[in-house]
Amino acid sequence: MTTIAPLLEICKLTVSIGGHSVCRDLDLTLQAGERLAILGRNGAGKSTLLSVLAGLRNAQSGEVLLDGSSYAALGPHQSALVRGWLPQARGDAFASTVLETALVGRHPHLARWDWESAADAKIVRQALAAVDLAEFEQRDVQTLSGGERQRLAIATLLTQAPRLFLLDEPIAHLDLKHQIAMLELFAGAARDCGAGVAMVLHEPALAWRFCDRALLIHGDGTTESGPAKEILTAERLSALYQYPLQAVECDGRISFIPL
Amino acid sequence: MPTRRRALLILATLIGLALLSVVLALMVGSIAVSATEVFSSLFNEGGGVAGDVVRKLRLPRALAGFACGGLLALAGALLQILLRNPLADPYVLGISGGAGVGAMLAILFGLSVAGVNGFAFLGALGTMLLVFGLAHGDGSWTQTRLLLTGVIVAAGCGAVVALMLSIAPEHKLRGMLFWLMGDLSQTSDPRLALGILALALLVSLPFARELNLLARGADTAQTLGVAVSRLRRGVYIVASLATAAAVTHAGSIGFIGLIVPHLVRLATGNDQRLLLPASVLAGGSLLVIADTLARTIVAPQQLPVGVLTALIGVPVFLYLLTRDTRARR
Repeated sequence: MTTIAPLLEICKLTVSIGGHSVCRDLDLTLQAGERLAILGRNGAGKSTLLSVLAGLRNAQSGEVLLDGSSYAALGPHQSALVRGWLPQARGDAFASTVLETALVGRHPHLARWDWESAADAKIVRQALAAVDLAEFEQRDVQTLSGGERQRLAIATLLTQAPRLFLLDEPIAHLDLKHQIAMLELFAGAARDCGAGVAMVLHEPALAWRFCDRALLIHGDGTTESGPAKEILTAERLSALYQYPLQAVECDGRISFIPL
Repeated sequence: MPTRRRALLILATLIGLALLSVVLALMVGSIAVSATEVFSSLFNEGGGVAGDVVRKLRLPRALAGFACGGLLALAGALLQILLRNPLADPYVLGISGGAGVGAMLAILFGLSVAGVNGFAFLGALGTMLLVFGLAHGDGSWTQTRLLLTGVIVAAGCGAVVALMLSIAPEHKLRGMLFWLMGDLSQTSDPRLALGILALALLVSLPFARELNLLARGADTAQTLGVAVSRLRRGVYIVASLATAAAVTHAGSIGFIGLIVPHLVRLATGNDQRLLLPASVLAGGSLLVIADTLARTIVAPQQLPVGVLTALIGVPVFLYLLTRDTRARR
């Protein structure tokens, strides 16, 4: 019997940054269709861990496997077909239109001498429509608001069409409506396309609502992970954020209110 | 949306402009040569004095100018992407400074043109390796570190050049100053520079789409499938060698490397597949036109061509910049 390797597999991963330990001997797997929330205080190392998972930074020890292969074995091009990464910060050094910016996501799907085709443009337009930027095609990215720029980055990621989404604060800068819309979008990708999603979130209630599993990073090298509904309790979150929280239930959904 | 058809159309126009600039350079000068005479002297031997002037004096100088302008514009475009900084130019990493030190030394020693070129190239190569080594020191390779290292090394070279200028004998000063401002009158055989230009462009073009990604940030490029550290090293080496070749040939001609990539970017967008060849053609043409003006405006005197490139480039650039901001509103 052959077993299919999980989409993302983390074995005995130890990560530290600037002498500060993010995680020690972390084991975790993410299957296709699963959504994982990563929570922790500022500076706990959530983004650092995510960039290790994205293959942008080396871990002190341990392995990160995509479909059972390491980043080194896959090479940058094959990796780009499997995982996509949404960075927390963006700077646009040069002017460029919204359409051109989102087209960048098609790079891994094109051969060296290919130019973007009408089919690629169609994929981009669908992605822009999905993030509510359909009317913005010809706008210069340097004139976009923070939230619009964030949605454009998400559209670029959608045009890349990876199977594993690594999202660093995907709802930062977004208004309430778009926060829910973007989280619904990734939940849909997991449900309908079997994508795996790992995202750094700062809102435990949204993690509770939109994720199957949660990983808490305490910032001292210890981590907790498990099913979201079990891990995300007022008690654990109060300890995580070092601030007392109270869980309030309403219509089957939970919200955590700072006391 | 960028399409191949549009790119080819723009490039064809620019090739026309380049040919026009070279023909103009061959016609204009102390002896006026008509267009038909230019063509007949290019394709047949003879043609008397006019034929000799066109073939032996004007053609090598125009082609050398085209090659240097193209090299500088290409290097500028590559470095603006590498450093993700619109202010970067071929000289920002100290390569022209090193070449300057070498050239000044050679002129002080009274070496021939070949000696000056050789020393300039060694100086350029020296600073290139120095900046690369220092910026690469701890394995991390940030744009800021590279930029700072280059700027500091360039400042150091500037001081050494100033020192040599201040102790140089009176009769050598003019030659030294002309070299520093950029001068095409000493150029000899343009074939080497043209070859390097063709080679640099041919090595860069296959990576043009990856450069588009690099311009959007190293991490983003990496997650979209670009082998970033290898690409960056390659870009650094190609841009440095292109700068060294241009500076060795014609001294530090200013502005072309900064302004031409911006001109092309403002006119056609920031797609390196078009930007790199278009910058080569536009940079080459601009330098040929500037050099033609430099040797005719106050003939028989010659102006340093670097002054002319700035005098042409600055107003055109400012015009495009204001037009662009108006369009964006």
